[in-house]
Amino acid sequence: MPDTLTKFIFGRLTLESLPLHEPIVVATFVAVALGGIALLGAITYFKLWTYLWREWFTSVDHKKIGIMYMVLGLVMLLRGFSDAIMMRLQQAIAFNGSEGYLNSHHYDQIFTAHGVIMIFFVAMPFVTGLMNFVVPLQIGARDVSFPFLNSFSFWMTVGGAILVMASLFVGEFARTGWLAYPPLSGIGYSPDVGVDYYIWALQVAGVGTTLSGINLICTIIKMRAPGMTMMRMPVFTWTSLCTNVLIVASFPVLTAVLSLLALDRYVGTNFFTNDFGGNPMMYVNLIWIWGHPEVYILILPLFGVFSEVTSTFSGKRLFGYTSMVYATVVITILSYLVWLHHFFTMGSGASVNSFFGITTMIISIPTGAKIFNWLFTMYRGRIRFELPMMWTLAFMLTFVVGGMTGVLLAVPPADFVLHNSLFLIAHFHNVIIGGVLFGLFAGIAYWWPKAFGFKLDPFWGKVSFWCWVVGFWFAFMPLYILGLMGVTRRMRVFDDPSLQIWFVIAAFGAVLIACGIAAFLIQIFVSIRRREALADPTGDPWDGRTLEWSTSSPPPAYNFAFTPVIRDNDAWWEMKQASYIRPLAGFKPIHMPSNTGTGIILAAFSVALGFGLIWYIWWLAALSFVCLIATAIGHTFNYHRDFHIPAAEVSQTEKTRTTLLAAQG
Amino acid sequence: MSAHDHAEGHGHAHGGAAHGSLRGYLIGFILSVILTAIPFWLVMSGVIDDKQATAIVIMAFAVVQIVVHMVFFLHMNTASEGGWSMLALIFTLILVVIVLTGSLWVMYHLNANMMPGLHDMREMP
Repeated sequence: MPDTLTKFIFGRLTLESLPLHEPIVVATFVAVALGGIALLGAITYFKLWTYLWREWFTSVDHKKIGIMYMVLGLVMLLRGFSDAIMMRLQQAIAFNGSEGYLNSHHYDQIFTAHGVIMIFFVAMPFVTGLMNFVVPLQIGARDVSFPFLNSFSFWMTVGGAILVMASLFVGEFARTGWLAYPPLSGIGYSPDVGVDYYIWALQVAGVGTTLSGINLICTIIKMRAPGMTMMRMPVFTWTSLCTNVLIVASFPVLTAVLSLLALDRYVGTNFFTNDFGGNPMMYVNLIWIWGHPEVYILILPLFGVFSEVTSTFSGKRLFGYTSMVYATVVITILSYLVWLHHFFTMGSGASVNSFFGITTMIISIPTGAKIFNWLFTMYRGRIRFELPMMWTLAFMLTFVVGGMTGVLLAVPPADFVLHNSLFLIAHFHNVIIGGVLFGLFAGIAYWWPKAFGFKLDPFWGKVSFWCWVVGFWFAFMPLYILGLMGVTRRMRVFDDPSLQIWFVIAAFGAVLIACGIAAFLIQIFVSIRRREALADPTGDPWDGRTLEWSTSSPPPAYNFAFTPVIRDNDAWWEMKQASYIRPLAGFKPIHMPSNTGTGIILAAFSVALGFGLIWYIWWLAALSFVCLIATAIGHTFNYHRDFHIPAAEVSQTEKTRTTLLAAQG
Repeated sequence: MSAHDHAEGHGHAHGGAAHGSLRGYLIGFILSVILTAIPFWLVMSGVIDDKQATAIVIMAFAVVQIVVHMVFFLHMNTASEGGWSMLALIFTLILVVIVLTGSLWVMYHLNANMMPGLHDMREMP
């Protein structure tokens, strides 16, 4: 075949692009391929394809989409964590002249992929999944405002994840660090596909994130049950609202800055180059205008989870609801005023640095207020130390330490010493693991019975809890010490043998965390096996306070047969106090959105478009772009968008629940 | 869910956006034509000698143009959507102001301190 034709068909994709010379990658590929074939084979053998397609992939039900987001987050957590433990092992052994087992080409990709995956494809799907599942139930709605958009958003996020995963076996990922600063990420210093994978994966996933943000804002503002004023919304819904406002306001900045970087790389513009008036520092400035709000996008919903969990398991109304709401709103605004603290050392003068240093310290005040509110909620409460509450307590202890090291870093002169050191790494893992991840585990343990109708097994949950918490302290306290001694981040080999012991301790911590993840998976497996014993027939296993506990577990497709009326911010608690009686008759047909496969098809075309752009396969890019637009237009002619669940079916579903409840006495 | 779904009572609970009238659209259209024509005339005839001054005047007209569009075409007022439109606008404005002034301030500093040239610590901003 003539060379030009090959080039036309495959762009710059050649056999050499496959990383066959990297034994570790090849072994991973073989394992993933075997696992994948086994999984696909099992699905085919048990004839699950139709079920999966009809009930899950094309579903527009917010509960199913929420669960799929959580599955995506979990799968990507395994990938992101493998990167983490590989780095820990490398750093623990690369002493005394040893090069370790990873070459620099591979190692640089690993730390980049670890950051990108953990933020964009673990934390974000987990957080969005929780919000998707819980918010409509908490506000007494039957679905989100735009159910199809919700499905599309989810599949776009999956599309981004697929591109990142593809980079492991086809070509390579960026070697630039997780924010891909130019000029290193420019075409001059990164001529291969790594940065392009980075750009297009984030652009595809970013569409999903932004649209899902719009969707949830709309849902919270427009679809609350009658009587639920803004100041009667559950705190989780409040924090979700603020998070989604942050998403909608900040993700366009990321999209714009990555587009400019793409223009620099693809058509030779000079926004962020060193020549022709370009300015790489502008990239750093812009990406952190997105990047800092992103940190609060991740943590705010979890603050909501902790609020729900603390008040439920203390059997008390949340202390200081109003102050909690205002603290959340203040954080939302202030999160836009601190971005420069990520680059104090880039050369701004004293006035700029002091301004951003002070705003950073101020933002710890509303966060501190929240901690006190949780403590006062627990004070004189009848605390039940169930799994979600244990995670909350671990969070409070761990997060306060992370917050304090954050205030240390907010002092510009101190930051000049600690910038890019392992102290910084320890700090942000302290708040992200101690805050976001612990919160997610609290939320998963708390809402799991609502989603599936049975509780999670407490024994394996506790094993996972202790492995995670102890593992976290072992893994990151040494990094604080190393950071104070001046060790910088992203190092592959070390000269000073006295440092090794700390890296060995950190690696031990990572192994403990691996046990925590394993125990979590075992917990899910064991719970599914023991689902009869762990079943929750009441729909209210924790003696909950908010509306989601008023429906059955799992909730029916329509969530609520009748839209509830809200008289208090602990709506369900108030209903229980007022001896609420479930309506047993008079059901009406319920208007519901129909499933559609358009979301997954659009996302598939987006992945093809991204792949074509990454490998310069222009025909593929053009073709998939045309298909993308055509499918989107075609969908506007789809008039089969809704159907009614007949009253008889609603009546039947509700009767089953009545029987279940009666059996409980 | 469709907009016809009155059964749940939401959807129209807060009263939607105000609807425009032909008069309103015409006023908006004429105002935007005038506000577009003036900057063109300013540039083409070169009435103001100073180029920078011309640019600033054009930007001022652009801001007025944005307001005209929002009032006459997007029907923004304090009451539409139960006040949410106004709140969203104020929030957006705050963020845009923060991002623009912040970036200008930061980039001015970086430019003054980090770009090649004579450095004198006493003149650092």
